[in-house]
Amino acid sequence: MKRVGFESSFAIAEAVKMANIDVTSAYPITPQTHIVERIAQLIADGELDANYIPVESEHSAMSGCLGASAVGARTFTATAGQGLELMHEVLYVASSMRLPIVMSVCNRALSSPLSIWGDHSDVMAVRDTGWIQIFAENAQQAFDLTLCAFRIAEDPAVLLPTMVHIDGFHLSHVIESVLLPEVDEVNKFLPKFHPLYALNPSKPLTMGDFATPDLYTEAKKGQDEALRNSMKVILQAWREFGGLFERDYFPVETYRTEDADVLLLTMGSFSEVAMGAIDRLREAGEKVGLVKLRLWRPFPFDEFCQAVAQAKLLIVLDRAISFGGPGPVCSEAKAALYHLEKKPQIIGFIGGLGGRDISVEGFQDMIHRGMDKAEQGKFEEFEIFGVRG
Amino acid sequence: METLGIYVPRLVTKRQGFTPGHRACSGCGEALAVKLVMKALGRNVIVVMSTGCMEVISTQLPYTAWEVPWIHTLFENSAIVASGIEAGMKALNRKGTPLPKAKVVAIGGDGATFDIGLGAISGAFERGHDFLYVCLDNEAYMNTGIQRSSATPFGASTTTQPAGKVSMGQSTWKKNMPAIAIAHDIPYVATACPSYPFDLMNKVKKAAEIEGPTYVHILSVCPTGWRIPTDMTIRLGRLAVETGVFPLYEVENGKYTLNYDPPRLRPVEDYLKPQGRFRHLTPKMVKKIQQRVSVEYASLKEKAASG
Repeated sequence: MKRVGFESSFAIAEAVKMANIDVTSAYPITPQTHIVERIAQLIADGELDANYIPVESEHSAMSGCLGASAVGARTFTATAGQGLELMHEVLYVASSMRLPIVMSVCNRALSSPLSIWGDHSDVMAVRDTGWIQIFAENAQQAFDLTLCAFRIAEDPAVLLPTMVHIDGFHLSHVIESVLLPEVDEVNKFLPKFHPLYALNPSKPLTMGDFATPDLYTEAKKGQDEALRNSMKVILQAWREFGGLFERDYFPVETYRTEDADVLLLTMGSFSEVAMGAIDRLREAGEKVGLVKLRLWRPFPFDEFCQAVAQAKLLIVLDRAISFGGPGPVCSEAKAALYHLEKKPQIIGFIGGLGGRDISVEGFQDMIHRGMDKAEQGKFEEFEIFGVRG
Repeated sequence: METLGIYVPRLVTKRQGFTPGHRACSGCGEALAVKLVMKALGRNVIVVMSTGCMEVISTQLPYTAWEVPWIHTLFENSAIVASGIEAGMKALNRKGTPLPKAKVVAIGGDGATFDIGLGAISGAFERGHDFLYVCLDNEAYMNTGIQRSSATPFGASTTTQPAGKVSMGQSTWKKNMPAIAIAHDIPYVATACPSYPFDLMNKVKKAAEIEGPTYVHILSVCPTGWRIPTDMTIRLGRLAVETGVFPLYEVENGKYTLNYDPPRLRPVEDYLKPQGRFRHLTPKMVKKIQQRVSVEYASLKEKAASG
């Protein structure tokens, strides 16, 4: 194990190298470029033996992954924002055909106005595509969770594509200290990919048939069960990872939530800033804590309810707008808790759109404003945090 | 052109990669084309197919007409899925997971090829993947119900550009897709038609043997969309060739060969008249089409003559 200073994008490329991928099929888009450039360089320098398909669009980037994965190659790509949107229909095919592709998404706002900066609009637009979706908060996690993504996706009991989300710029372009494991340790954790089914002339099979109304529903049920059941493998993979590398991951993680009356819910790199705000408020004697959603799909209902049920108030930050409706994470939180007798009240905020920062003071303010709103009974209101006009 | 018809049972394999029992319309020129393509290719292939008639008629769950590995994902991406398969096989073979040798063959209709998938095809040709792309051109979106594509010929009536009191149907000339393929400087481009089965199979074999991207463009008569009797498929294919509307040629490393050059082309009217999609055409429009066909044929002959 050695400690290096790495940009998160380079940390991901390093994980991809250690995973010894066979194929990447990728198209450049800010802020994902550093990942694919680094992979291209690793291949050019002979440090990674893989085929890089420099495609002509993101639709083709994901389609190239379909082909490579269908012959049994370990396959990776990366994208962001508009690129993820252009891939949209292909994402469904990847999960429906059970192709365990791993993808880094450097979360980016969607046009228009054009913005290359981060938010979670792209994530929310692909929520229902059937991919396992995991959020990283820092460079170390970006590395760890990318390695774990291959292990989870390729498990014969899962065979589902997996996205690792990192916030565009806020995380993708930040240099941090990263602990890198040795290759043989990684090989112990991540065995070679053995596909259950692959395109092969000696064992012909038909992939991607069409289904009449008589069979389509059953196909979708099977797919949904696979995604739900992946939870067991995800937990097992993270447990093993923790045992080997001494860093633990859970679907829902908490920070100073013991006896907390008020909880803040965040996803991604903003959680690190929010922890600073929790520290300050705790120092001032306020009973507040932070809940971080690491696993977005499959949604960890049990873990989430357990983490928040005892609080009086849950303040949810959404980094995406669902125009004309509540924030998508807020909706999910409400739906998860609805059946519980003892549950917190919920106040939703929209914030951090298009790369706008939220500082430690900002999170402190958000928590206090949330408490005020709850006191005034303004549960239906959705405030866009820090917006002008 | 060779006339080998009487030797067919001895010359052509009975083994079929694409088996009977599928759901194609009677008289389908496309299903016939696929059958011949698969006979020419043999078993060591992986087929990638775009959404379209051939996909829908051959793979309704839980059945399949395919005896070779076959994959369909979407409409517009067969060329890039094929690229991914080729790259995946190369990587696996190089890294110690030997796979049986297989040619990757992408198959798409004219909508998938001329329109929605053109970008992906261009990308795959430019990158030089070792694969064969077969376009099954029946000159409209037949699977969705005869809507016009950029492969629809001038004057044809389709459901989205119908002939009417103030419309003559398709108002644009058919896009020259083989020329687009040729412009990518790929090693082999050919046109073919199931009405000339040996020519078709020879071209497919040749294309599959060449390393690098190759393109075979097959005119596939569609009785349903062209509004002709189902027993006219072969004859219409011949008429398309004999009138010069669809010349059979191949381009190997830039060198043109005209595979069938009749001493005298038949008038285009012979080809247009039997087809319901052209029945509204006035003599003036037929003349316009004749002029265009004559000019294009002469230009092709010139290219073939200059080698």
